[in-house]
Amino acid sequence: MSTIGYGSWAVDLADVGAIYPFQGWEMPMTIAGVIFWLAWHRIQFVRESAHLEEARQQALDHDRIQESVDRY
Amino acid sequence: MDGNLNALTTVFTEFYYWVTVVFMFLIHVGFCMYEVGASRRRNHMHTLMKNVMIIPLVTVTFFFFGWWIYWAFPMFPFFGGLNFEAGAANLPWADTMGPNSSDRITGVFWAAFLLFSWTAASIVSGSVIERIRSSALWVHAVLIGSVWWIIDAAWGWHYGGWMVQYLGYHDAYASGVIHAIAGGYALGVIVVLGPRIGKFASDGTPRDIPPHNPWMLAIGIFLIYTGFWGFYAACNVPIISAEAIDGQLTGITWTATNIYLAPTTLSGITFNFLMSLSGGLMAAYVISKGDAFWTFSGGLAGIITASAGNDLYHPIQAMLIAAIGVVIAYKLHYWVERKFKLDDAVGAVAVHGYAGFIGLIIAGFVLWGVPSSPYEGYAAINPLGQFLGALIMFFGLGFLPAYVVSKMQAAAGVLRIPEEVELQGLDFAENHAYEEAKAEIIAADKARLASKITPAE
Repeated sequence: MSTIGYGSWAVDLADVGAIYPFQGWEMPMTIAGVIFWLAWHRIQFVRESAHLEEARQQALDHDRIQESVDRY
Repeated sequence: MDGNLNALTTVFTEFYYWVTVVFMFLIHVGFCMYEVGASRRRNHMHTLMKNVMIIPLVTVTFFFFGWWIYWAFPMFPFFGGLNFEAGAANLPWADTMGPNSSDRITGVFWAAFLLFSWTAASIVSGSVIERIRSSALWVHAVLIGSVWWIIDAAWGWHYGGWMVQYLGYHDAYASGVIHAIAGGYALGVIVVLGPRIGKFASDGTPRDIPPHNPWMLAIGIFLIYTGFWGFYAACNVPIISAEAIDGQLTGITWTATNIYLAPTTLSGITFNFLMSLSGGLMAAYVISKGDAFWTFSGGLAGIITASAGNDLYHPIQAMLIAAIGVVIAYKLHYWVERKFKLDDAVGAVAVHGYAGFIGLIIAGFVLWGVPSSPYEGYAAINPLGQFLGALIMFFGLGFLPAYVVSKMQAAAGVLRIPEEVELQGLDFAENHAYEEAKAEIIAADKARLASKITPAE
């Protein structure tokens, strides 16, 4: 039993191809990867929008903005 | 790998590209330093994170589809269909896209192209600092890094690309396929994004917004120069036999080649890299009257201008071509800024876009009639083909898609940050954790100090 298909390296390397685990599951892994990528964009977008809105409200404090502008 | 010579060649090529990738990482380090140095203190973390997150986002998308585009698109869609056969081994579910004992080159070759993708996205990132939403920039990063530039590479930076075959397009070290497209793309974004608050006076006169840390800019650009060495090496095939090229070359002499499998030498491109860097620095120093940052950027713009033909130019030609490109890019930058009120925060459109565009056209004249490929039936290098190529890169695949996507983002209200946040600084908004933690620890230290020490009367 080996997740890469080889339980021993007593092999002729000329006959060896892929050596990563769970061969045959490449398509589901790709789908999982794409979902992970798109979900990241969604989470980041929602969080950024909330942060910017919160900051916009806080920025109504004129002194706070003045301080920030002064420090360049 | 059967046979000692074959094995040595494979392992050498594998290691060669691997080293270029490590060198090219410095380009991104340099871009990060340059951008952060150019930004104001209230935008540091945001500027840094915006550029750093380009790395994973472009990497995963280049794995999912960017790399496949390069192999499937050389003739698509104008002169043929998708090349599914060549693309098959480069799909994300192909068994060659991982550890595979019968394939030792795909990963390092993929990475070499990927580092170019980071560069294309990072060029755009610099011009939009201090006012773009990170989420908007990262959509652009994926588009330029994993879609548009790699389509142009399939067309004009592939031994079988239609631009090479029919236009005689020649762009050995990516004046157009990286720099003109990325500069054009940056222009398309900033036209819609608008300038930073304070960039233009009420009468329209542009103001300089000084970098907060000039030394970070200097070190950043020197790191970009360093990474550029790796970039040049990565654009070559280090060693290949005439037989393996299977073109019109005769004899048994092995050679280095450019990306089109036409002969060049590592020695020749080393001469030209340094001479075009020097020509660019010298011209920029004179034209900018000794302005440090334009001089640094001029070195880069000089290399970029000469890059299209740096596989074949004489070093003195490379130096002079670099100087010409820098002077034109510099003049064009200020003319566009005054005329159209555009704020290109780091001069990326000029240094990459204009210099790359000019470099392509110059190569068309200087290399007029030179075979673009070792294969029979390809158009020779010519000024018209280079000019059309420059238009395709800068406007067709760069400016146009950037402008359209930016317009959509602006219409949805997700392109630019609110004005109040821009004034206050992005480090108090999206990347607020750093400033909040700082404020908290300063307050804690002050409280501790007050409880322990009595101030002198």
